[in-house]
Parts: sequence; C-alpha cells; structure tokens
Amino acid sequence: MLTPLVKERLPLTTLASPPAVPKTLGRARRRSRWTGWGFVGPFMAVFALVFLAPIVYSLWLSMFQTQLVGGTSFVGFDNYARVLTDPQFWDGAGRVTLFLLVQVPVMLGISLLVALAIDSGRLYGRDFFRLTIFLPYAVPGVVAALMWGFMYGERFGLVGNVNDLFGTSIPDPLASALVLPAIGNIVTWEFVGYNMLIFYSALRVVPTSLYEAAEIDGAGPWRVISAIKLPAIRGALVVATIFSIIGSFQLFNEPSILQPLSPNYISTHYTPNLYAYSLSFSGQQYNYSATVAIIMGVLTMLVAYVVQLRGMRKEA
Amino acid sequence: MTNVLMTAPTVRPRKSPPRLRNRRTSHARPTRSILLTVLTALIGLYALIPLVWLLINATKTQPDLFSSFGLWFSGDFALWDNIVGVLTYDGGVFGRWFLNTLLYVVVGAGGATLLALLGGYGLAKFNFPGKRAVFAVVIGAVAVPGTALAVPTFLMFANLGLTNTPWSVIIPSLISPFGLYLMWTFAADAVPDEIMEAARIDGASEARTFFQVCLPMMAPGIVTVLLFTVVATWNNYFLPLIMLRDPDWYPLTLGLNAWNAQATTAGGEAIFNLVIAGSLLTILPLIVAFLLLQRYWQSGLAAGSVKE
Repeated sequence: MLTPLVKERLPLTTLASPPAVPKTLGRARRRSRWTGWGFVGPFMAVFALVFLAPIVYSLWLSMFQTQLVGGTSFVGFDNYARVLTDPQFWDGAGRVTLFLLVQVPVMLGISLLVALAIDSGRLYGRDFFRLTIFLPYAVPGVVAALMWGFMYGERFGLVGNVNDLFGTSIPDPLASALVLPAIGNIVTWEFVGYNMLIFYSALRVVPTSLYEAAEIDGAGPWRVISAIKLPAIRGALVVATIFSIIGSFQLFNEPSILQPLSPNYISTHYTPNLYAYSLSFSGQQYNYSATVAIIMGVLTMLVAYVVQLRGMRKEA
Repeated sequence: MTNVLMTAPTVRPRKSPPRLRNRRTSHARPTRSILLTVLTALIGLYALIPLVWLLINATKTQPDLFSSFGLWFSGDFALWDNIVGVLTYDGGVFGRWFLNTLLYVVVGAGGATLLALLGGYGLAKFNFPGKRAVFAVVIGAVAVPGTALAVPTFLMFANLGLTNTPWSVIIPSLISPFGLYLMWTFAADAVPDEIMEAARIDGASEARTFFQVCLPMMAPGIVTVLLFTVVATWNNYFLPLIMLRDPDWYPLTLGLNAWNAQATTAGGEAIFNLVIAGSLLTILPLIVAFLLLQRYWQSGLAAGSVKE
C-alpha cells in the first residue's frame, strides 16, 4: 500500500461495471456455495489488516487529541475545524493544486503526442522509442530525485555547466523559487513513458476497419486523430488524468528527498503529505496528522470523482 | 498500467505476440517521417539523458564530479573503484540493503501476486455469499489515498511490535488491488468454464482443478502482475521510510537516500561518488529485467486492452 498504491490504484470507473461477474454464474453454481471464499479469503484477510483497519483507526484517531498535560481526550470534530483553518495546510494544498494544473497537462500532453506518433507507423525505430521513453518508470523515485538533484545543482550539475558554457545565469533551481517547476520536471520525467504506454495500448485496440473506412472517405491523418483516435481512447485519458491528480495530491518523495538540498524553499508543509509526515514523525502529533491525511484524502476523491463525471458525460 | 486494464472490461489474452506489426500493412503503409522521428527522438533524449548522466558520472572520482562537465567522461576512469567503494563502504552495508530489497521483493511481490491470483480466480469463477460486498469494499477502500493510511498503519504496526522488522514492509506489500483486478479479468476470460466442469466431472478436487488445469492458462497474467508488483516493491520508499529505523533493515532506496543525506548533516562525510554508483547498481537489475522481459509484459498489457 502507501507508495505502490499511488501507481496502482483502481479507478472509480470500474464501479460501474464489475468485470465479468455475471457471465460465469450460470455454470459455476454447484459445489459448496462457499468454495469461492477459499480463494478470496486470504486476500481479504490481509486486505482487512492493511487497508480497512488503518482507515477505521485513522477516523478514530482524528477524533482525539493528546496533550502533554492531561493525556488523550475526545474532541469530536475539533481537529477537522483546525485543519480547515490551518494556513500551513492550505499553503501546501494550494501548491499541489498549482502543481497539478501545470504538470499534469504538460505530462499527459507529451505522453499523448508520443503515443500518437508511435501508433502512426510513421516513425523510424518505433520499438526503440517505445522502450526508451518507458525506461524511467523502472527508476525508483528516490534515485530519480537524487539524479535530478545532482543535475540541478550549481556545483557539479548541468545548470552550472550550461551557465559556464553559454555565459547564461540560470539560477540554481534548488536555491530559488524554481524548485516547484524543478520537481514538476522530475515527476514528468518519471511518468511520461508510463502514461504513453497507457495511451498507446488503448490506441492499439481501435479496430483497423475504422481506419480503412476513414481512408476510403478521404480523411487525412489529423481528421483520423480527432474523429477516431482521441474519442476511442477517451476512457484511458480520463483514467490517466485521475491517476495523475491522485499522484499530485500525494506528492511526497521528490520534495522530501530534495529538502536537504533546498531547505529554504522546501518547508515541512510544502505539500500536505509532507505536512502530515512531519506532524507525525517530527512532531508526534498523530491525531492532527491523521486528520490532515483524511481531509486530503476526501479532497482527492472529490476531485477525482468530478473529473470522472465530466469525462464520462462527454463520452455519452 | 492499471489504467490500461481499467479501460477495457473484457479481456482476451492471446498466446501469440500482438498483431502490431502488420496491422495496417494490407493497405497503404504510412510513409515514414523524418520530422516526426526527430521530434520523438527529442522526448527520447529527455528520457535517456539522466540515465546517461548516471552512467557517465558513476565513472568519476568525487573531485572529478565537481570539476568536470557533467555529460562527458573526465579524469580517472573510476567506475570499478566506485563500485568497490559502494560494496565495501561502512562494512559492506550496501550488500545488506540489496539482500533486504531482494527479501522484500521475493516475499512481498511474490506473496502479492499469489494472493491476487487466488483472489482473482475466486472472484471470476465462483459465486459465493458476499461477493458483491467484496467488490464494493475493495474498490471503495482503494479510492482512499495512501497518505490517509500511512500514519494509522504505522501506529497499528507499532502497537503490534512489527515496526522496525521486515514484516512491517512485507505485510502491506502483500496487497495489490491492481493485481487482483488484473487476475480477475484475466481468469474470467482465459479459463473456460467448460474445462473446469470437465475436470470436476473427472473427479478432480477444487485445488487440483486450480493448480493443474487453470493455473497454466493464467500464466501470461501472472507474469504481468508479478512484474508490476516487483517494480512497486523494489522502488518503494515511503513505506520503509516510516516503518524502519534500523539501517540494517533498509532497502536500497532508503539506504541510498541516507548516504546522500550524510553530506548535509553535521560532521557527515560526503560520498557523492558512492551515491551515484550505488544508484546505478540499484536501477540496473530492473532495467535489465524490463529489457529482457519486455515481450512478456508488453503482451500482458496488450491482453488487458483488447476488446475487439
């Protein structure tokens, strides 16, 4: 869970259609009615331990407050009221919102262009590009942040090299307000290939007959893209957007790893997730931290839900 | 990846490699475009440059790192020295981190794949009381962002005495909702009910039907789930960060970051050359796995998105 989930989470889209449930029922009656539990049971047992129990515990924690003097007491929704008026929380929430408004369209735009280019059959070395652009996905977020952190640095980084070579004066991204775009670049680098593969896989599903029909009707490549390809992969676009939004709201690894390099610009409440982490592990404020996480979780779900509704409505 | 699978409720795994190649050859094959290739190559460069940077700088000594151009070799070729340095620094703790990572991957990702396989098969091929509830609960809980789970999970595990042990990393890694979903859709289509019925009529038990008849048919799905759970576990950072205090249990990601942070702590020794060479050694196994196994995961993914 936790980190891996950011990458592998079921979109809400599946809610509408449980995959292939009804089909098997006809033949699969007989046997004991409970046989299926023998297979599903192990997953659900661990799932209850690492998903359900923490959610319930988190809700419980958010209702209490621990004071140095006086111990733990029930405070109802006081923590929620406090978070909603906490400038540090809103500072971080505003930052990740700005981040996602810029980074997500840039990243998904590049991914889509590359996917369309590879799918068009007009590239030399298509398989080579598909693989190299996907490779960064195999690089751990930690290593990506470390590498880019080094490359950004003025001392032995590329920024310094570029400045030396061309006499420019690009400021050190880590020692200036450029640190947010710098983080955006790292995230883009990591996930352009991942999203490209999603779009590409969706494009391959489009029936060839559609292209042939378009060809006969005299449609040019741009017309094929706008009238056939984009509508055909709308589902993938919506889902990739939702995933990217969830990822942006959960931004943690990159700022947390770059923090020692940029202490003046990356605060302990730089993102809500970083804030929740510092509250817990530097401040021992577990109850308040749980509340921050819950509110951020609810916000994430709301935004994801709205995006999904919009995306689906257009499709209809 | 997830996403690919999500878009297509029906899955039709294929044994043959994807038909990619000659999809459009029957009609006029589009003419190749140098301009488009160049533009795509720019994105390819963007993807590759940091990796090339890593490769080049892993060959430099620490002083050369500071004094030379980042994208070319310079000074002594110190790759071997750096690798030896990585493996011997601090009593060879890097080797320990590597073994920890392997442990987390083998038990965590292996276990996650097994649980997803069993669960997906159960959901696809049996009707049982509470099945709808299982679906609703899994989907609902997965929509909860991981952040909301981190702190309570840590506190729960602390109360159980599991923090700072390998279990605190392995147990949460065992659940891959994405894996469950993939196996579910895969099993629903790849395993015909008729064959299961035939096995049962022949007197095979449920376990035997599963292992000897159904399992082989789900192999492509299993390989794909395994690859993605392995990547997730190998690259995991946040979970071990909150769960582990003892460097002896660190995975590579956490260890590398600790080495890097050393430079900024008071009295800490800067070992940038080792951080860089160590990063290279960390990503190498996964890159190699991606390259060697690309046929399998790419066709597995394709299976998830075929709906014709």
